[in-house]
Parts: sequence; C-alpha cells; structure tokens
Amino acid sequence: MSLDKNLLSKLAVGDKHGEDSPYFDGWKAYDNNPFHPEHNPQGVIQMGLAENQLCSDLIKEWIKANPQASICTAEGIDGFSDIAVFQDYHGLKQFRQAIAAFMEKARGGRVRFEEERVVMSGGATGANETLMFCLADRDDAFLVPTPYYAAFDRDLSWRTGVRIIPVECNSSNNFQVTKQALESAYLNAQETGIKIKGLILANPSNPLGTSLDRETLQTLMDFINDKQIHLVCDEIYAATVFAEPRFISVAEMIQEMDHVNRDLIHIVYSLSKDMGLPGFRVGVVYSYNDSVVTCARRMSSFGLVSSQTQSFLAAMLSDQIFVDNFLKEVSKRVAKRHLIFTEGLKEMGVSCLTSNAGLFVLMDLRQMLKDQTFESEMSLWRIIINKVKINISPGSSFHCSEPGWFRVCFANMDEDTLQIALQRMKHFVLRHRENKKRKSFQENLKLSFSSMTYDEHVRTPTLMSPHSPLVRT
Amino acid sequence: MDLLSRKATCNSHGQDSSYFLGWEEYEKNPHDVVKNPHGIIQMGLAENQLCFDLLESWLIQNPDAASFKRDGQSIFRELALFQDYHGLSSFKKALADFMSEYRQTRVSFDSNNLVLTAGATSANETLMFCLANPGDAFLLPTPYYPGFDRDLKWRTGVEIVPIKCTSSNGFHITKLALEEAYEQAKKLNLNVKGVLITNPSNPLGTTTTQTELNILFEFISKNKNIHLVSDEIYSGTAFSSSEFISVMEILKTNQLENTDVFKRVHIVYSLSKDLGLPGFRVGAIYSNDKDVISAATKMSSFGLVSSQTQYLLSSLLSDKKFTKNYLRENQRRLKNRQRMLVTGLEAIGIGCLKSNAGLFCWVDMRHLLSSKTFEAEMDLWKKIVYEVKLNISPGSSCHCEEPGWFRVCFANMSEETLKLALKRLKKFVVNGILSRSCQVGESQSLKSSRKKTTTTVSNWVFRLSFHDRDAEER
Repeated sequence: MSLDKNLLSKLAVGDKHGEDSPYFDGWKAYDNNPFHPEHNPQGVIQMGLAENQLCSDLIKEWIKANPQASICTAEGIDGFSDIAVFQDYHGLKQFRQAIAAFMEKARGGRVRFEEERVVMSGGATGANETLMFCLADRDDAFLVPTPYYAAFDRDLSWRTGVRIIPVECNSSNNFQVTKQALESAYLNAQETGIKIKGLILANPSNPLGTSLDRETLQTLMDFINDKQIHLVCDEIYAATVFAEPRFISVAEMIQEMDHVNRDLIHIVYSLSKDMGLPGFRVGVVYSYNDSVVTCARRMSSFGLVSSQTQSFLAAMLSDQIFVDNFLKEVSKRVAKRHLIFTEGLKEMGVSCLTSNAGLFVLMDLRQMLKDQTFESEMSLWRIIINKVKINISPGSSFHCSEPGWFRVCFANMDEDTLQIALQRMKHFVLRHRENKKRKSFQENLKLSFSSMTYDEHVRTPTLMSPHSPLVRT
Repeated sequence: MDLLSRKATCNSHGQDSSYFLGWEEYEKNPHDVVKNPHGIIQMGLAENQLCFDLLESWLIQNPDAASFKRDGQSIFRELALFQDYHGLSSFKKALADFMSEYRQTRVSFDSNNLVLTAGATSANETLMFCLANPGDAFLLPTPYYPGFDRDLKWRTGVEIVPIKCTSSNGFHITKLALEEAYEQAKKLNLNVKGVLITNPSNPLGTTTTQTELNILFEFISKNKNIHLVSDEIYSGTAFSSSEFISVMEILKTNQLENTDVFKRVHIVYSLSKDLGLPGFRVGAIYSNDKDVISAATKMSSFGLVSSQTQYLLSSLLSDKKFTKNYLRENQRRLKNRQRMLVTGLEAIGIGCLKSNAGLFCWVDMRHLLSSKTFEAEMDLWKKIVYEVKLNISPGSSCHCEEPGWFRVCFANMSEETLKLALKRLKKFVVNGILSRSCQVGESQSLKSSRKKTTTTVSNWVFRLSFHDRDAEER
C-alpha cells in the first residue's frame, strides 16, 4: 500500500471493485490446482465460470471455410489497411447490421433492431457501466432483483458511484420478482432520500437460469413506466434458452405495450455467452432513447471493439445459414448438458431450481447446511472447494437472501469432465448424508439404548467394513 | 432533462469543438482521388498510413498468426475464451520489448508493469480514475490534443489547468509557466494531482527536451503528491530515436529508482500511431507503482483488448527482425513526408514550428489572419475547410494561447493527395494576397469583438468541465 493514502484516488485504494471478496478463494483454489484429465486428474474442476464452450467447433469450421473473413490472410489482406485505421465509434456498418440481424434471429425474428441504434462497448461489462454513466449521477440508485450477477457491484457502481438497491426475491415463488417487492424497495429508498433512476436485471437471469414470462415482463414494464424510471435488460443469455417459456425480449414487449415510454428502455447484449467469444470483447448497448444512443456512442470511445474483430464478425454473422444453424445448435447443446447435469444431480437426491436457460443451474443444497445461515453456507462451500475439489459459486456471492443455493456451471468443460464432477458430487452427497444419519442416530442413542444393536446395522453403514461397496460410492 | 445523467446532457465530452466539427464536414464531402476529386482533404487526422505495405507483407508470410493457429495447431478456442485482464503474456512481453526498442534499449520495460487498455483513450481515462478524485486537477501544457478534454475530464470529474506555452520560445515548457499553472489551480481551489505531457507532443510534433524534462522532474521531486504522466504514443514517430527521451530514461539516468518519484511517473502507450493500427484499439499503461497497476488492471475490464488482436500482434511484435526494420523505415518515410509538407508550405510563405516527430506539423498562419484574434482564426479556418477544402485543426481547438496556429497532418494520405492539398493552399494564399487590399473595411468591425473573444476563450479553457456550459461558448 502507498505510504501516502492520498497519493492515489479513492477508487484505486478502496475495495469497491469487489475483488477482495472471499469468493475469489474459489478461483484461487482452482488456479493453484487446476483439473486436467491427464496431467492433474485430482485437481479442482472449474464450475464457477459461466462460459459457453459447446459450439466453438461450428465457428472453427466456418473460419476454415472462409479465409477471406480475416484481414490477415492472403484472401482477405486487401481489406487490411482500411480496417486497421478504422476507429470510427459508429463501428463498421456491416458489423452493426450483422449484430442487429443476429439479435433479431436470437429472438426468433419476432422483433426488429435498427442498426443505427447498435452501439459498441467493451463487452457487456463496458455496456452496463456505460449505461449507468448515461442514466444516473453519482449517488443515484438502480433497483436490482436478487440474486444477481456478482460483478454487477463492480460494473454498475465502482467508477460511476451509482448505488445498487437490491429487490429481494425468494424461493417460495422460484425467485420471481413481484410487484410488491419492487414497490416496497422503491418506497424504502424514497423514504431514505435515495433517488431511484431505474431497474436493471438480466433476462435470462444469472444465476437463476430462468427467463421471464410475459406476465412478469408486463409487471416490470408497467412498474417502470408508472414511476418513469429506466429499465435496463441485460439479455446476454438470450440464445441459451432451450425450453419453455420461450425467450421474450423487452424489445418484443415494447411492440405490445405501446403506452410505455420508449425513452426508458435499454438493452445490453454481448457475444460472450451466446457465441462463447468472451475474449473478443463484443458488447452492445441498444437503446430506444436517442440521447442515450448518442451519449453511449461517445462513451464507446473508451471501449470500442477491435476493427479486426468487427470485420471478422461482420462476415460470419452475415452468413444466414451459419447463424440459423448455430442458434439451433446452441439451444440444443445447452439443453443436453443441462439434462445430463440435472439428471445426474437428481439421482443423488439433489434438486435444482427449475430452469430453461443459461450456462448453469442453481443447485439446492439447503438440506446439507448445518443450519440455515450464511456461515453454514460458507463452510459447506469451503468443503466443496477444498475436499470435493469443485469450484462452484455460493448464493451469497449473488446476494441471495436465502442460504443454501449454489450456482454450478456446466457448459465450460467437456462431457467427461462433467461426469467426473458429478461423480465427485455424488460421493460427497452420499457421504454427507451418511454422516448426518449417523449423527442423528448417535443423538437418538441417548434416548433409545435398547434398540441400538438392531438399528446399528440398518442406520449406520459407516460402521461396516471399510471395504463395503456402499462406502466406496 | 432529469431523465438522463448530467454527463449525458452536458457537453464535457468536448465533441462540439471545432476539432470534431471539421471531421463532420469532411465526412459529408470526403476527397477521393477517383470518386470525389474536389472533396475535402482530411488533414485533421493524425494517422500513420505510410507503412501498411510492410505490415501486409509480414502477414502474408506469417499465415498462422492470422488464422488462430500456433505451430499449425488451432488455438481458436483458447483465444475465443481468453478474457483474463492480465492480458496475453506473450503479447505483453512483445509489447514491452517493442517499447524498449524505440528507446534504443536505453530503458527496458517489465511486462508485469504493463496494463492493456482499449486504446490510449481508455489508458488516459483509466489513469485519471486511479490517480485523481473528482474535482482534482491535472496540469497540461498547451497546446494539447483536443481529445484530452473528453478522455481526462468527462466521466472522471477531473479538471485540466493549462500550463501556458507560447511561440516566444518555441512552445517549450518553462519553470515559470508551470508554477503559474500550479498557482492558478490553487486559486481555483483545485487539488493538483499531476502533470500530463505528450512526448513527442501533439500538436507540436516536437520531442520534449532535456531541459523541459528537468523542469518537470524538479517540480514533482519538490511536490511529493504529484504524478507525472507521459503520453508517449508518438515515440516511434521521432525521426531520430536518439532525440526522443522517455520519462523512464530520466528515472534511470538520474538514479531515481529508490526514491518516491519512481512510483509517481507513468507512461501511456498505444499502437495507433507508431504502427498505424488505431482500429485495433491497443493501448497500455506502464507504471512502477504496484497499486496503480493493480487498480488499473481491474479497471481494464471495461475496455480489454480483443484476444484475437492480442494474439496477432504478439506474433508480429515478437519478430525482432521485422520490428527493427519497421522502426527504421517508418522513421525514414515520416521524415520525408514531413519534409515535403514543410518545403511545400515554405514555398508559399508559410512557416512551421521546427519539428522532429509526429504525424503533423504545427503551422504558422498568423500572417494570414485578418486580426490577431481567435475569431479571425475561426474565419480563416472556415475558409480553409469550406473554400480550400482542407480539414486542418485550428490552434484554439488545442487550447493554444495565441491565434493563428494550425495542426496539419501529413501521414494519412498518399503523396499525390498531399501535393494536391499544397496546390489548393497555394491558390488560396495567392488569391488572398490579391484580394486582401479590398478587405480593409472588414477588419474595423472585428476590433470591437476582439476583447469579448479573448475573455470568452480563456473562460472556455476553465469552464469546459462545468455542466452548465452554454451553447454560445462553442
């Protein structure tokens, strides 16, 4: 630390970037001991990273078949100098058109996006921050339904000074956001003199893996319109929806609800999840408010998409056949993975929140907590990382109001690794269950001494020979 | 309008300035040798288009770099997923070596002290977020790059106080000017957090001298809380590497490694000017302060460099044979181009500040002004844009203290286009001399507005960041 605390800015010396949180211990455990099927089969399996590795083969094939799409190959080199100097913050027209078209297809062609409203940003990370800079001043607030993506704390608040007001959702109704919860959060904020500028949420949700139904969307739109506050919909998981309800974008709702003030509606998009290209930093701000489009575009100077990447994607995403097939495959492959994983968990008696989208599930381990507290959640989490050797994300990192929920990603590894993870989980869950039974038996012992001999054989398999097949699973 | 933030509704983004307006005019009527030979020639864009042939031939010879392959094996998936804000280490290593080459390896850069950002635009803003709080100030020598008003101030809330440099001594930074700026900041109740220089300078096209660097280092040695940021994005455009002195070099030669000054000196770099790749958005912050590196790295999440681009450039810059040759050729071609512009201007009686770097010349058109005012400068500028059809940048957009100076770029067009531009300018100057005798009456009305203009402009420099800036002051 600098000797003089005033040498650097408050932003630089503070911890509002959120990276000192204990949740990064999971990442550290993985970084120090990463799983590898050959080199390190006992290593930590990374299931805390919401990456889509399921469709890269499709993109690779396309690249091989289309060398002209790269400005660096012999076939595409003629475009090199024009692209290399292109830094216009409007972005390449073909790129904007291709992105708009892709976004339309990911919404089943039910909406139209205008390419003039497509504004670039440094990933969705940059898009979310930019929108905060455009819509709110320092100390203004945005409502965010819980549980929410952990990095929102950094992306929405860190440099902008905008406050996050959580809107609590709970498992009693599958964490759906209700009008009551919104009104209550809004009122509380008002009473403490906090100015709410808008509501931001991810649809489909991270970490829930669910997409909003029409009714909830109507509730949200009416709510923000009534208060005349902004609605920012982070739709970066749009193409990962694989089951009903089908994905309904806020863009579709606008078409139906034309009494809602369009100047309040903004969409964040990215190719990081749907296409599995987080390294390419393609974020999009799409706003129905002209002033926001202008402002966000000026701010995009701080995070433009590399023209090399724009040019490549313009070519790939203009290929209708490729896009149609890709979107179909994404949904199919995510569905398959989801099924394998949830069925595998079901077999060991572990349930998940019912989900229809996303690259993860929200696993319900409430039964495994010593008591229904976040301390217990953290203890359980540490065991899963250090003993079971799986990095998953505890619900508290997503500001979940109830302990015992864990987000587990399933699309960032191959199927074999997923099976190994399931095996480890199974072993752990069964052991845990046995230990629990034994513990409760030992407590009952005090009450019922006479039935001990018989019960011992039935309820305490751990007292069996260590070579028992039951113990091994 | 309360619906949006103050940042969205004010004009601190600075994009209403003439610098950007000239661009807009060019966009409406751009010159093209074939399709629009009478269109506006863009000379307001500091781009380096002189060495694409070298880059293109390297690419043809190195197909792996272009097609996501390493040793013939596809690494597409690895790159597609790579979003680690520490950056591709092979790229950072290559970039650090490349930066050192421009300094003739008089300084070596540690890649662990580099943070990758989306262009120098993002690097500069990020450094402000790390070094200063809203309402703090940075001192900048004028004239300076117009984009700084947006990059350093807009979203950060940091203020700029000018260090006024004048033509009386070739626009060099003096101890007096620096101290006056510092005093001015104090008067305005601003906490000065640092000095930011561009070396080589934009718009002057000159490398910062040893004397100037001594003045700056003396200043930050005396004032323990003040940082020195050196934007060295034009370092590779110095016609002779020996004339460019990096701030990192001063730290070494003055043996400041174990002093507190060591951690208060930071560099901004980019491949937009030296390599002519502004589209690829490759910027970097270099600092010896671990805390700055740590904070800036986290902030780079908001503007990382595309992994596809990092990989391509790591291959390119690791090819030392290529970079050595490129550096030499680039310097040679830039020098020749500059020569062409300077002699062409001399032939029509227009002088330039003697320059030894950059992609532009700082041109002296004071003698073409109808009066020594910024209004006259604006009139002249409008004539040059609309009648002569050249987009050049008026000194006022760079916050120059004296009217009549213009920045004219020479490396973003072909030789033929440059010759055409000179021809047009010659015609304008010659016609101007002939018609000036008929314009005596006009200058009378300008005298009354001179006083108002001077006050308005000096206010402009200070009030740019205030959110209630009026439209009239543009």
